[in-house]
Amino acid sequence: MSQQTTTPAAVRAGLADRLPVWLVPRVSGLHVAALLIALMLVGLLLVPVAQVMIVAFQDPATGAATLQNFVDFFRTSLFRESFWNSFYVSAMSVVVATAIALPLAYITTRFHFSGSILIQSLGFIPLIMPPFVGAVAMQLIFGRNGTVNLLLKDNFGISIPFMDGLNGVILVQSIHYFPFILINLSASLRNIDRSMEEAAQNLGSHGMRLFRRIVFPLAMPGYIAGAALVFIKVFDDLGTPLLLNVNNMLAPQAFLRISSIGISDPMGYVISVILVVFSILSLWASFLFMRGKDYATVQKGGGGMARRTLKPGEKVLAYGVVIFILLVVLSPHLGLLLLSFGTIWSFAPLPDGYTLANYVTMWENSKTFIMNTVLYAGIAATLDVIIGTAIAYIVIRTRIFGRKGLDYLATAALAVPGVVLGIGYLRTFHSIDVPLLDKPLASWWVIIALALMIRRLPYALRACTAALQQVSLALEEAAESLGATKRRTIQKVVIPLMTGGILAGFVTSFATAAVELSATIMLVSSNNDAPLAYGIYLFMQTPSGRGAGAALGIVAVIVVAIGTIASQIIIERDKKLKSSGDVH
Amino acid sequence: MRRNILSSVAALALAASPAMAAGTITVITSFPDSMTGPIEAAFEAAHPDHDLEILNKKTSAGVKYIQEIAGDNTADIFWASAPDAFEVLKNDGMLAAVDIASEGIPEKIGAYPLNDPDGYYFGFAGAGYGIMWNERYLKANDLEPAREWSDLAKPVYHGHVGMSAPSRSGTTHLTVETLLQGDGWDQGWAQWKRIAGNFSTVTERSFGVPDGVNTGNFGLGIVIDFFGFSSRASGFPVDFAYPTVTALVPANIGVVKNAPNEAGAVTFIEYLLTPEGQAVLLDPAIMRLPINPATYAMAPEGFPNPFEDATIGATVEFDVETSGARYNIVNSMFDVMITYRLDDLRTAVGAIQSAEGAYAKSGNAEARAMIDEAWALIDANPIDEAQSLDPEFAAIFTKKRTKADDEVGERQAEVEQKWDSFVVENYRKATELAQQAAGM
Repeated sequence: MSQQTTTPAAVRAGLADRLPVWLVPRVSGLHVAALLIALMLVGLLLVPVAQVMIVAFQDPATGAATLQNFVDFFRTSLFRESFWNSFYVSAMSVVVATAIALPLAYITTRFHFSGSILIQSLGFIPLIMPPFVGAVAMQLIFGRNGTVNLLLKDNFGISIPFMDGLNGVILVQSIHYFPFILINLSASLRNIDRSMEEAAQNLGSHGMRLFRRIVFPLAMPGYIAGAALVFIKVFDDLGTPLLLNVNNMLAPQAFLRISSIGISDPMGYVISVILVVFSILSLWASFLFMRGKDYATVQKGGGGMARRTLKPGEKVLAYGVVIFILLVVLSPHLGLLLLSFGTIWSFAPLPDGYTLANYVTMWENSKTFIMNTVLYAGIAATLDVIIGTAIAYIVIRTRIFGRKGLDYLATAALAVPGVVLGIGYLRTFHSIDVPLLDKPLASWWVIIALALMIRRLPYALRACTAALQQVSLALEEAAESLGATKRRTIQKVVIPLMTGGILAGFVTSFATAAVELSATIMLVSSNNDAPLAYGIYLFMQTPSGRGAGAALGIVAVIVVAIGTIASQIIIERDKKLKSSGDVH
Repeated sequence: MRRNILSSVAALALAASPAMAAGTITVITSFPDSMTGPIEAAFEAAHPDHDLEILNKKTSAGVKYIQEIAGDNTADIFWASAPDAFEVLKNDGMLAAVDIASEGIPEKIGAYPLNDPDGYYFGFAGAGYGIMWNERYLKANDLEPAREWSDLAKPVYHGHVGMSAPSRSGTTHLTVETLLQGDGWDQGWAQWKRIAGNFSTVTERSFGVPDGVNTGNFGLGIVIDFFGFSSRASGFPVDFAYPTVTALVPANIGVVKNAPNEAGAVTFIEYLLTPEGQAVLLDPAIMRLPINPATYAMAPEGFPNPFEDATIGATVEFDVETSGARYNIVNSMFDVMITYRLDDLRTAVGAIQSAEGAYAKSGNAEARAMIDEAWALIDANPIDEAQSLDPEFAAIFTKKRTKADDEVGERQAEVEQKWDSFVVENYRKATELAQQAAGM
């Protein structure tokens, strides 16, 4: 902020000019940047994870290197079944999440629709709830004896098993992760060159055909980026199946085996390796799908596609769809809100009474949690977008040896269960002391921020990559042929054009880091250093603390929602600056 | 941010002045804030020169944490329910043997010895397993509360029961083991599988069970007593009862080896065993059984007193040796036969229950034989008691070797796969038989 100048010229300039200089990778140092990032990934991801995963390749009897454990994995019917269940749940979650995200993204980017910013922000909120809190709230609303089913039973004598077994996992996961698709798809739709659409219309295409043949294919990078994230995330996610007590999936199997007291079964680690490998394969598949297609558009046509005004009938339909979807995806938050104001809520459609006491209890104990969360998630997300932009640029625009490796390595973090990363960090960093502070690095609060940074880097990276894919190389070549240096080109052309994607990445990383629990629960070494999700976890471990935990959950949602809306406003303002036609 | 910097600076200052550092006692605990809070407040009031730093972790995560930081230990105390977590730490050499001065503390609670005979950890409160139920749920479903374990196996409770898995929760492990010791290996497992046939779910955390009963997600739960008492004290429409076959077990506390503040740790443990320290356990949010019999004079009316009421937890002579010898085998068997195959088991038991219902009307002898055969398939165990106590077999699950060239024949994954095919096939056959019997 201190770097911000106040000259009139700067006020009109794009976001990149207002960024401090060090945010922009030095062109002459692209190789250096690549090397530094590689070192960081090796030190903060590869080494700690390897420390844990090596067990998968050891003979449990002798400690000798072996692949026998992997043979065992495929011979075990429970694991084969778990693998299939995980695959099925992930694929179905992508389908359901698409059904939720596509209408929201399409309606808000393509039509004049009041409250678009609000909907985009609201649509993002499901992501910012710790999975265990989401599951608690969803049980209260959709569970076997939740609000909906109790009302159905009383009035119609039926009940619907929304939350039973794999169905429950698919429902919770789709509601939780669809924002990945929404946010990436919306960014892509906004970036589509209006002239493409106009050309198609001139040639007589319209309606669904226009959408199917022109608009959606052009938005593919964003959609695939989002869908791949959802798929991998659901495939690796632990919290939701565990909280719904679904055990026959891969991630819970790994977790249950790693964290059981006293059991040293290598299969948990074998499953972790398989999760990582499968996630990398899925990403590779999504890259293959995108290969050989050019999605870049030359002109940034004044903020994307033409927006149409809806006819009255369409308007009713559009509002109906949007309100219904928002109601479903925000139901966990409604449940949480009721819980936070409720007294006792037991086997009833609504709480028995309402009170503010939960907020009082929460506030007395949680100020530190909130401050810590903003600090950790802020550090993590800032580093994520810097590194994410750098990696995206190196991968797409340079020929540096091993650049794909950077991408795969950073993305592999998605596949590392948080508890594995946490144990790995303890194992790797506990013996290293922080200079001046005379305590182990593993119990210094900075390590929590770094763990969050590594865990959320893939989100920022996907968003930045999708954004960069839509920036035509011709624009850079033009700038360079006009005499701009590489550095100046990146600073003045590439990054401004990527702003939307970068901000999307920041918001995703920040919001999800703010509610992360699985890695941090291993790393928190003092309650003064604990983040918010840990605080909610503490509250929720006692019968009397549920309301206070819910109140803290609401605070988490509000904190992150403010961040989200603020960045949406920045995106919109930036877009207006661009479309006012000054610099670009 | 400021607070973090401040705490970092404070840590620096503390490190520079050892006299002040002696006051901080770092405690790793699985107990919730609502329990540690009042105890911390009472302790710090009684010993103003000491500062308790509470670090909350799940029992399993706490054990892992202490193992991982052992090289440069920063924790003073491990404080949790499950005696077996302490056994694991003790066997790994992570605990220190210390002398604790206390008065009026008996040797045993129920039939369970209170303290580790080698002085590595100490009981500070008692707890017993029992059945908790949601009154609104039972009323809506026209059910009576179950009072004994065997009640939970009745067909009326099909789909209404919840429990945690012994591999997830040390205290749940004790319940499972108690019934195995009380009823015998075969009878005990048969009982568990018939109860599990009525399960709505097997929860991942031990707190998941009281939570499920409190919200009314399922009607009855197998829980440790203080979850029942404290849920009730918080206002939920729930209640709790001890069955006849149950064991009272101590919740424990121990000093971590190479503790930075061992003297402070001992002070805290000694305080916990004083009458004042014990009285805090009766706080409505805690509700654990004090181990100092004198403290019960201050207990609210209706609060159980195991030192006077001989029926609580006296039936089973809990054998710690037996429990320890097959600890991991019991966990693994429960997961393979129940947790991971709950759907198959529930279907099979449900089918047999309806066949029983049909038989009650028809009285068909052939159907009876098929039903008995189906029950026998459910009851069958992949290993017998002798094998469960065979140390060589148990070594497959612990993988602890004194020498690098020690060899173990089978791997855990192989054994579990064998068990899995065994139970899946049995449950399938039992379902078929029951369906045939029901049609007769």
